[in-house]
Parts: sequence; structure tokens; C-alpha cells
Amino acid sequence: MTLKILAVDDSHTMRSMIKMALAEADFEVHLAEDGLDGLKVLEGLSPDVILTDINMPNMDGFGFIEAVRKQDALRDVPILTLTTESAKEMKQRARDAGATGWITKPFDREKLIAVIRKVAA
Amino acid sequence: MDALDDLRTTFFQECEELLEVLESGLIDMNEGQSDDETVHAVFRAAHSIKGGAGAFALDELVHFAHTFETALDEVRSDNLEASPEVLQVFLRASDMLTDLVGAARDGTASDEAAKKALLADLEEMIPASDEEEEEVDFQPMGLDFDFDLDGDDEAESGDAEEADEPASTTRRFEITFRPMSTLYRRGNETALLLRALSDLGQCETVCDAAELPSLDELDPEESFLEWKITLDTEADADAIEEVFEFAEADCELEIREIGAAATDEEPGVEIDAADADVSDENVIDLSALTDIDDEPETVETAEADAPEEVVQEAVEEATPAGAAEAQSAPAAAQTSNQAPANAPRPTIRVDLDRVERLINLVGELVINQAMLSQQIQQLDAAQAPEIMDGLDEFKQLTRDIQDGVMAIRAQPVKPLFQRMSRIVREAAQATGKTVRLVSEGEATEVDKTVIERLADPLTHMIRNAVDHGLETPEKREEAGKSEAGVVRLTAAHRSGRVVIEVSDDGAGINRERVRQKAIDKGLIPADATLSNSEIDNLLFMPGFSTAGEISNLSGRGVGMDVVKRSIQSLGGRISISSEPGRGSTFSISLPLTLAILDGIMVGVADQSLVVPLNHVVETLKLTPGNLRTIGGTGRVVTVRDSLLPLVDVGYELGFRPKLDDFDKCIVLVTENEDGAQSAVVVDEIHDQRQVVIKGLETNYGDVPGISAATILGDGRIALILDLDTLVKGAPPSTPELAMAG
Repeated sequence: MTLKILAVDDSHTMRSMIKMALAEADFEVHLAEDGLDGLKVLEGLSPDVILTDINMPNMDGFGFIEAVRKQDALRDVPILTLTTESAKEMKQRARDAGATGWITKPFDREKLIAVIRKVAA
Repeated sequence: MDALDDLRTTFFQECEELLEVLESGLIDMNEGQSDDETVHAVFRAAHSIKGGAGAFALDELVHFAHTFETALDEVRSDNLEASPEVLQVFLRASDMLTDLVGAARDGTASDEAAKKALLADLEEMIPASDEEEEEVDFQPMGLDFDFDLDGDDEAESGDAEEADEPASTTRRFEITFRPMSTLYRRGNETALLLRALSDLGQCETVCDAAELPSLDELDPEESFLEWKITLDTEADADAIEEVFEFAEADCELEIREIGAAATDEEPGVEIDAADADVSDENVIDLSALTDIDDEPETVETAEADAPEEVVQEAVEEATPAGAAEAQSAPAAAQTSNQAPANAPRPTIRVDLDRVERLINLVGELVINQAMLSQQIQQLDAAQAPEIMDGLDEFKQLTRDIQDGVMAIRAQPVKPLFQRMSRIVREAAQATGKTVRLVSEGEATEVDKTVIERLADPLTHMIRNAVDHGLETPEKREEAGKSEAGVVRLTAAHRSGRVVIEVSDDGAGINRERVRQKAIDKGLIPADATLSNSEIDNLLFMPGFSTAGEISNLSGRGVGMDVVKRSIQSLGGRISISSEPGRGSTFSISLPLTLAILDGIMVGVADQSLVVPLNHVVETLKLTPGNLRTIGGTGRVVTVRDSLLPLVDVGYELGFRPKLDDFDKCIVLVTENEDGAQSAVVVDEIHDQRQVVIKGLETNYGDVPGISAATILGDGRIALILDLDTLVKGAPPSTPELAMAG
């Protein structure tokens, strides 16, 4: 089954990287530039997994996760945060917002795919 | 590896944008014009550079960006006041980050000593405890993003793989797993966890549904089930814990190794939800929790007695940060919700080649439209007004398309202006002057190539303004001016051109000194009578600046003559105005695009030629009186007491033999890039118009005297003159005379 992934990151480099890695593994990848953009993309999409950066303009990762969890259709969708540091506080805040897990940047392709498959139903 | 190269390019392009955000944000902060979002944006810029650099294992860049980001975070979290001193360090760090990005991109070395000094300054702002924690958390990037993998199935069994160990003895684990309702609220799934466990080896799973209430009492949001799993696996406890990595804080979990004699001494590992934390440290340091294992019954009894809510409370107590964050998180979401008004407009990135191709096609369209118009007019189609109306509309549309396409290449001058703020900072530091840069019209758009080629001349002009234009603080005070000098950089559109001005509020040009210097250097005769403007323009003469007088700041071996030449090569003009005691203004006027040229159409020996308008000073009719012969064959023209070498275009380009009789000929007084004037002889002047430039180099190579061509409305080709090479190739080439004042 082709997994549908939404990746939200304000860095063009990161988005390209994720898209390239996941498209190679035959995932269907959708991209958004920040939390608000992510919510907009979600209006027409029901992804299997959401990846989101934390530090973003307009709406950060925490705000985005909370907003996603408030939507009935998306309350169970696994959300993984993309963080540069494995800082405790960061992970805790993300979990409080409703994040499922995390991927620490930088990641290689294998690790990214493995973590996605780990949470994808 | 094309894909990775493309990504690298993307990364460095993005770095440029981020560095702009970083610098402009810091400048705003420095000028007290910032809000919270500015500080966040500045932080994010450094953070994103670090993130991307990590992916490419650019360790030096990662390390600096990390330290910078950590210092910025101190300001962001209000632990450090953004004082002018702190901001000065940040601005210098931003410059250093720019250098490091450049060094990483070009594979060059960076200024190690300056970097170390800045790192030390930044580290001073970071409290020791933070630094330590960061050091532990932050792992210098070792992972390369590997695109060589061909997407095989290896990745699918990632968990099992990571558990791969040389030891092949099968061990038996007993796992008790009781999820809390929060596990599901965060999108985790029991079935997936059990599946991942079964990937590790042979699993026997028993579900304990004893606590499951009857259907009418069942709260679907709550969790009532518990699993006991016996796992025979070659993997170790770490691999099992990794399965529960995301779930450990939302469940009660006990992992015990049983059976194998070799591991009898190794105590079982238990993670209780109340003790669980989400940090990696706890995952690594599980042995620290092993004392719990001494009293497993106690713990389990406590669990059995405790209703789930109590356990859940315990979790929240165990992570007090969580409670605080739970309150602040919605606040953060709220503030971020206010931002959309400022959200950037959506953009797309397009390969420059595609834009170039489009511009070329539009050039063809413009020419084609002109040809069609001319042909229809010749057909006397005026009798069919519909055709004429349609033609007019076509003309208008063509012009609109042309403007639209040119606008694609146009970019705001803001990034260029921002680069100048660094130049001002460096120049101010080098000269010990206090300088404020004021920029206006940053949104003014100019052709991309023009912007790129404007950087060097503008840098030189800014350095000049600080170094030569502004007085020392002492002198300013004597003159009753504020201690800080102002350098003003402005851009605006004026009558189809872009005008960029660099002005200072310094002492103005000391005309007496300039005049004397020009006389000393033999650039003008001692008795020359010059207007103020003529004196000012002496600054542009080649040889006016000399090494002996160049300060170590602006003196990089180029003078204003080189600046003028660069501007002219862009089809631009530069002029000076100055007022004693009030300062000087250098004004650059540039075409909006390099694809279209303002030219004068002239006729020479039945050929139509285009003379670039920006080179033409004036036109006049040749009379026998102002033509002289020197040195036998060399001819010069007298124009207001100046002797200008005469250039016979028809002869030089091989259209006809040398003219003996210049009667009724017309002269265009032109000024080439080194400021030398010449008298270019043509038969007639047709008109002034904009022409689409068509390069000849691909097919004909470099043709002396011709820079390019254009296609006229009637389909004929008109060559565009390259006055620099034309004049140099034409005898008598007497620049001394040309310069004679």
C-alpha cells in the first residue's frame, strides 16, 4: 500500500530532501511550508502519517499538531516531529501537543522510512 | 550524484535567503524596530542553516550555527537582553555565518582566528548549564543522506535490523504492556507495537481483558486492556525498548529477561510510566532504574490498586514542564495565528534557463509583431479598420507580455542593499567613524543580472562614502554635525530607468584639491577653466586615484573610473553632485533590463546601425571649419575647444572606402567606457528607439566594433555598435587628445 505522507517544514532544502527520499520508497508525498499551510493542505488530504518541523513561521509545529488533533478525522493520525536536537523539553512539548513520536535531524533515508513505518497503521 | 548536487544547490540558495532574513532582522533589532516575530525569524534562520548544514555533514558550519542559534535563543527566551553590545556580536556573527556558508559552498577556508574569537563572544552569552545540556543533546552530524540506495526492502525491517547483533543466542523476554488512553490520543497504536515486537522474533501474546467493563459502561476513550508477551529473540533489551520508544510515557511497561543462564546476573529492566521520561538519556541509562527491579511486586501491587487516572496524574507530576507547556502551547498557537496577514506571498522557483528562453521568445514576438505591423501598413489595410484595431491590440498585448516577462527577471534590490550594511559596518570599524546606513526603496525591482553586476561598484562607492565622504567624528563635531555620519542608499524607478543613489552627509568634494590634483597628474592643463560639475567629474578620470593616496580601506586597486566603466557596461550612467559642507551624491541610472537597449538608429553607407544611447553625449553637423588633419592622415574634430578623434564608421566596418569629404556628415560625440570622447561619423540619424538585443557571439564569435544585432520591423538586421572596440581600432587613436580638457 502506498503510504500518504504530509511533510511540513519551512526549509526548502528539508522539504526537497524528504520528498526525494520518500518518493524513492514509493510513498505519496505532500508538502507544506508551515503550520498554516499544512492545515490548508489537510483540507483535501487524509494522510497516513504527518511529519512536521517545530520552528516555523506563521504557525509553529506545536500549534499545528494541536490544530490537527482537534479535527475529528485526524485525531488518530500519527504525527512525527522533525527536530534538530533531541532536547527533552522540545519532545515533551510536542507530546503535550499530541505528537506521536519524533525524528531527530539529520536523518538518513533508512531511518526516516523505518520510523514512518513504525507508526503507520 | 545529481540529486545530491541539486539538493546542495537548493541548500545554498536557501542559505542566502536565510542570511538575508537573519541580517535584516538583526538590523531591525539594532534599530529598535523589532517585535517578537523578528526575534523568532532571526532564530529560525540560524536554526534552519544548521539543520540543512547537518544534512550535508558541513560540521564547521553546523558548529558555528549551533552556537549562534543557542545565543539567539537566550534572547528569544528573554534570558538575555538584546543590548547594542550583544547585537554588535550578533551582527558580526551573521557576517561570519555568511562567510562560512560561502566557504562551505566554494570549498574554501574561513578565517579561523576571527571565527574562534566570535565563538568565544557567543559562548559568553550562553549560561554554562545550557551549554552542557546542549552538548549532550546535540550530536554533531554524522549521518549522510544516502541517495545511492535503490529503495529496496531493507528499510522496511528497520527495527529488526537495528537489533542485529553478532550474538546469536536466543533470549527469552517477558513483557507486560498496559497502554494508557493517552497513547491512543497521540496517534500510537497497540497493534503496531505488537507487530514490531513480532518482527523481533517468536511472540506469544496474551491479552488480559479482565478490566474491560460491560458495553454499556464502556468509555471508548479509555484504555482497559493489558498484554503479556513472551518473546524469544536474538535481539537485546535495547531493541525491545526501541519498539516502545514513542509509547513509553503513555504506558506501563515491564521488560524482563528470563531463562538464559548466561544473562542471569543481568537484572531485568522495567520502565514504569511514572518514572518514564521522553529523553534519550533515560533510554540510554535504563540501568539506573534497575533498583526498581528489587521490588517488582510492590510496584505491580501499587499499579493494580491505582486507578488509571492516578497513574496518569503521576505522569504529569513527573514532568512538571509538561503542565507549564500545556498552558503556553495554546498561547503560542494563538500568537502564531495572528501572523497570516504577514505571510509571504506564494512563490515558485524556476530554472533560469527557462526564463531566458521565454525572454528570447518574447524578443522574437516583439520583432515579429513589428514586422507584421509594417507589412499590413504597406498593404494599405487602413481601409479595413478591424485589421488596424486588431493590430493595435496585438501591439499592446505584445508590449504587456514583454513587460510581464521582464518582470520575472526583476528582483528587488533589498538583498543587494542588505549586503551594503555589512560593508558600512566594516568600513566604519576600519576608519573609526560612526556611520548609520539609511536605505530607501528596497522594493525597487531591477533585472537580476544588473543586480549581480552592481554589487562590486556599489561596494566601492559605499566604502568611498564612508572613507572619503564622511568626516571624522571630531571634525563633524567642529562642523556642528551629529557624531554619526549618514550614508544614504536609495533606489527608485524614474522614467523607465532605475536610479540608485549613494549619498553621504560629509564635507562634500573639496573642488580646489581635486582640481589641483588633476593638474599635478597632468590630467588637465594648469589654466583650464572648469565648472563645478566638470571638476566633480574629474573623479571618474582614469589615473585620478593613485596608490599613494589610497587608504587601506577603499584602496583595493580600483578607482571611480572602474566604477564608472562597470556602470556603463550595464548600459548605465553615473553622475556626481556635491555641496560643500553638506555632502555628496553619486547617482547611477540603469536600464530596467539588459535584453532591450535604448539606441539611436543611424544610417551609414545604406546600412542601418544602432548606437547605444548611453554612450552618446551630443550630436552635431560637421562643417569644414571644425575638421582638422593631424599627422598627415589622422583627422580630428574640434568640439568646443576639445579635439576629438574622428571615427569613420563606414570605413572601419568595411562598408565603404575611406571618406575624403565629410561634408554634410553627422557626428555623434560619444563617450566610451574609459571616459574618452570620440566623434563618430554617420550619414544620417533615423530615430531613437528601443531594440531587442540579439547576441552574435554564438555564431560569429567576438566581432570588433559590433556588440550584438537587432532585427528591425522590416526584417532587416541592424548591427549594434560596440564603441569601445570601434574607437580603439580606429586611427588616429589619440586618447591624450580626447582627454584634453
